[in-house]
Amino acid sequence: MFTTNPFLELSGLIPPLAMQIYVIAMVILVAGGTILDMIHKKNAEYFFRNAEKAKKAATRNVSAGEKVSIAVSTVAVDVLTSGEFCNQRRRLAHLLTMYGFILFIVSTAVLIFGYAASPSPAIWPLLWHLGALLVCVGGYWFWFAIRVDVAAEGNPWYRVMRADLFILALLATTSFALLWSVFSATFFFVLFIAAATVLFGTVLWSKFAHMFFKPAAAFNKRMTKADGSNENLPEVPDLTDPAVQERYPDIPEYLGKNPPNMGLGIKREAPSHY
Amino acid sequence: MPTFVYMTRCDGCGHCVDICPSDIMHIDPTLRRAYNIEPNMCWECYSCVKACPMNAIDVRGYADFAPLGHSVRVQRDEEKGVIAWRIKSRNGETDLNLLAPITTKPWGTAIPQLKNEAEPTQEVRDSQLLFNEPKYIRMDDGDIHTLESAGLRMKSGVYY
Repeated sequence: MFTTNPFLELSGLIPPLAMQIYVIAMVILVAGGTILDMIHKKNAEYFFRNAEKAKKAATRNVSAGEKVSIAVSTVAVDVLTSGEFCNQRRRLAHLLTMYGFILFIVSTAVLIFGYAASPSPAIWPLLWHLGALLVCVGGYWFWFAIRVDVAAEGNPWYRVMRADLFILALLATTSFALLWSVFSATFFFVLFIAAATVLFGTVLWSKFAHMFFKPAAAFNKRMTKADGSNENLPEVPDLTDPAVQERYPDIPEYLGKNPPNMGLGIKREAPSHY
Repeated sequence: MPTFVYMTRCDGCGHCVDICPSDIMHIDPTLRRAYNIEPNMCWECYSCVKACPMNAIDVRGYADFAPLGHSVRVQRDEEKGVIAWRIKSRNGETDLNLLAPITTKPWGTAIPQLKNEAEPTQEVRDSQLLFNEPKYIRMDDGDIHTLESAGLRMKSGVYY
């Protein structure tokens, strides 16, 4: 069942060209929504103004090679492994949803543009189903277990607000896609298309565009650390350095020449009181 | 000088919500990021600024007395047991870095075990000092200063 290409069966009902036009229309909606979002929220303007400010406050030049290595570590840590999340459950749920979504989108494009009229290798339908399943596992875990937890947000699962537009549209898209594939019912296909249109057509109002903004913000954060501007934050120096100890005599007086690791204080306890 | 949150830095972890003594740091239900719900009730204790693991919270000065464009930022490093401050003036002439210890022993290892202390004696009970009040915060070696010990007495009326 999971190796069956649902779009091949659909081609009897809808011509492949119509499917391809729909996918292109969705890409245009996402691009347009993101651009409108940037104009409306002025976040690109804020981002570049901030980057300019950081450049002025920089204490050293970052070479092109360093920039490449910062970009690589941004991709490896912040993008590929969602390193920004402190909460490991949220991080895992985000990773499942993110990789599921990527698999789902890529395999959908391949199936529609490559194999809507001819049989496909078994791997592509398998990836399509796997992607949808991963989104469902991560998304429903977030919706029914993580989001309702007071340590996260404490919202009951039935309370829906605008911030949920993205996650709910995404879950509806993948859930109805799976149901359509399993039951081959036109009813589920109509719901699948409706959910997908909401998901890609509401970029301006949902948090869909975070997948483009977040990596840029993570790269910028690493850059400010590398060029010494550090968003005006102070550096915590190496306390064993004699020059530091001479400048701040309180350090050797109260912590000793070789200060021990004090462990975690308030951060021993995960926030859970709201 | 109320706190505000850099939305691109906050990940909605809730440390600031837990620590705010005025209970005015909340998580926005739409954006899932922290924000100060009542800036004019913020008394700039900097608790949330220091607790934020993302350094996403900053404090802004009121335009009528704080020079706009200045910056006072802090980094609290629990494992090193120090706090670092950086103060920049608006014209950029002052860029002051400060560093101070915030603990002398590993966190959680020096909690006073009051139940193991000896019971207060009658003399201590009769004293005006608090039980176990450290000697160094007394104003003299024996008892607190009073009008009597200073050779004064309470007079009625108003005296200038």
